[in-house]
Amino acid sequence: MICAELAERVRSRLPEVVVARGEVTALVDRDELLRALGWLRDDEALSFDFLSSVTATDWPDRTPRYWVAYELSSTTFHHRVRVKVGLSAEDPRLPSTVPLFPTADWHEREAYDFYGIVFEGHPNLRRIMLPDGWEGHPLRKTEEIGGVNTRYRGAFIPPVDRRTSP
Amino acid sequence: MNVDTSPDFDPMDPLSTEELRQETMVINMGPQHPSMHGVLRLLLELDGETVVRCEPIVGYLHTGIEKNLEYRTWQQGVTFVTRADYLSPFFNELAYALAVERLLGIEAPPRAQVLRVLFCELNRIASHLVWLATSGMELGAVSVMLFGFREREVLLDIFEMATGLRMNHAYIRIGGVVMDLPDGATDAIEDFLDMMPGRIREYESLLSSNPIWLERNAGVGILSGEDAIALGVTGPTLRAAGVPMDVRRDEPYAGYETYEFDVVTRDSADCYGRYAIRLDEMRESMRIVEQCLDRLREPGPVMVEDPKVAWPSRLEVGPDGIGNSTAYVTHIMEESMEALIHHFKMVTDGVKVPAGEVYLPVESPRGELGMYVVSDGEHRPYRVRIRDPSFVNLQAVPAMVRGGLVADAIAVIASLDPVMGGVDR
Amino acid sequence: MPVERVEGFRTGKSAEEAEEDVRRGILLSTLDRAVSWARKQSMWPATFGLACCAIEMMSTGAGHYDLSRWGMELFRASPRQSDLMIVAGRVSQKMAPVLRQIYDQMPEPKWVISMGVCASAGGMFTNYAVVQGVDTIVPVDVYVPGCPPRPEMLMFGILKLQEQVRTTGRFR
Repeated sequence: MICAELAERVRSRLPEVVVARGEVTALVDRDELLRALGWLRDDEALSFDFLSSVTATDWPDRTPRYWVAYELSSTTFHHRVRVKVGLSAEDPRLPSTVPLFPTADWHEREAYDFYGIVFEGHPNLRRIMLPDGWEGHPLRKTEEIGGVNTRYRGAFIPPVDRRTSP
Repeated sequence: MNVDTSPDFDPMDPLSTEELRQETMVINMGPQHPSMHGVLRLLLELDGETVVRCEPIVGYLHTGIEKNLEYRTWQQGVTFVTRADYLSPFFNELAYALAVERLLGIEAPPRAQVLRVLFCELNRIASHLVWLATSGMELGAVSVMLFGFREREVLLDIFEMATGLRMNHAYIRIGGVVMDLPDGATDAIEDFLDMMPGRIREYESLLSSNPIWLERNAGVGILSGEDAIALGVTGPTLRAAGVPMDVRRDEPYAGYETYEFDVVTRDSADCYGRYAIRLDEMRESMRIVEQCLDRLREPGPVMVEDPKVAWPSRLEVGPDGIGNSTAYVTHIMEESMEALIHHFKMVTDGVKVPAGEVYLPVESPRGELGMYVVSDGEHRPYRVRIRDPSFVNLQAVPAMVRGGLVADAIAVIASLDPVMGGVDR
Repeated sequence: MPVERVEGFRTGKSAEEAEEDVRRGILLSTLDRAVSWARKQSMWPATFGLACCAIEMMSTGAGHYDLSRWGMELFRASPRQSDLMIVAGRVSQKMAPVLRQIYDQMPEPKWVISMGVCASAGGMFTNYAVVQGVDTIVPVDVYVPGCPPRPEMLMFGILKLQEQVRTTGRFR
């Protein structure tokens, strides 16, 4: 389905649709998320049965602060849509899409690991990339990049000019 | 004396009680292991030799590439992104460059697109050769390891001729490619295309009807099409189940709609099907490379003209390697102050990309490699997420391994071809 | 007994080492040299390939740049059977305890080559996730920079290590 048609069809159910650079993005509320994804998957003309990725972004100066983007594609029609949900800084919780799309499992664990977004109903919400005892969520904009002044398990890595090799 | 007096206990057969027979063993196949597929940790719950449950644990190669990208300019991002999935560096660079070009609203010149396709397809062959070498070695066919790396050396020579590096090239950049092909590169590629079909036939004669290879691969690691789509698996694993999904065909980029090639599928959904698909994909890639070489006969620019976007260097091969041409150095150092300032600004500040977000998928040797790029209008990326195919494919390992033997777990992971650099980024 | 260095005569050793040799006597010093030669000739590396450098290490071990010319044909999977650890690739924080454990499991004498800038100094990744140089965890004998180092560079590092083993070995 070409872009304009797709945008119209999606807009019929999810009113907030943005079209930019040939891509269609639908903005939904947290409570609407699972219903919206289910409709996108089950509607015959859309048939978005493949979830490519779940990504979180942190905009600390804006409300809502966290935005989670779901990239959906269709194996029959080969079109794409993005669904975005905004989450506030105080309550970064979201229902998990693992019941609808099992592939979301590790993507959601990564978003939890990097940003601290809690996916309710996830079968196994644990850290995936960072060690289990890590404190903090490093990809938030308020966290430093590290490599210097890093503390982990009692070790401390000073800045480059104060490092001496043993 | 403590004697178990339950009715099942037979003192002559200590394993006769039901409880002992149902005990499973949890084994850790730790991050360092003889399997050549990098630092993947598997927790296997075994009932004897059969796998009851399997949990892959990743993160042992987590490098923080995505966080680092937020602290570098857009062009420097290429050097980071290229090291994510380190066996297919051109694909990472291509996805990133195409995503940023979509944000900028520009298109690279046609010759640059042809060069991009050429190197990506050569990279696909190189990646499949490493897959063949390491999988063969893991399953015991050690000569295949030496053969695979022998052919790969020829390809790495071609890459070095064109980009200066054997791996992690930073060749495909925003706006085009950094340098045109030097003299002798087309001859080298043509020699490679002459040699390679015979070598693929050699691999087939060594492996395809080999009874040991068949025993270890045929019927092992079955993953049906519906399961694969539900789990998000793409690439040869999905095509082995009969689903002809290929981003080059479904959502073409970089001019792929103008090339003739087939999307290879099989119906067996097992490890042998994935092996056969990868060999055929090498042949299809060679077809595409031949078509690229035809299109490269006419000269043309390889970097976009817009001075606010193009990488300012004019590189050429000098006596000590690839560097800025002497004419260009004379120009910026002696002739034109503005050119020097412009070069300086482009290298330190770089491109300013309009605000927005883009998701761009490409077909890497392992599946759909997507780049989700968010810009806030500045000189640095705001958020870059690499949707790596191996990261998603590894989620399917428990489903494929359950009920099989431990040795089959190795065969299954080898057939998925995970690259831990992409999984952990 | 102090040893005087005769001008122009090179033994490949420093004055202190020559003095040590005299103290230990002819038999042990010859045995030292023989054992050091044997150790350097047949080092068995432990597979510790992590990232891109691992692929270059595999290329170095494959047919074109052959490592078995210098006795390193067998890459042992078990650290208990190896004496050289080539840390090839970026070491993440999660992998650091594993690295130390593998190093501890290797029997003496053991050597470590840190291959690539990521292993030597953190490389281009100065961030929270990468250990900024494995010499913060294990003692390193030879650093081979590069991203990734060419097979010839790795071979040069290995030959340097072998030279080091040959000339400074002490048989205990």
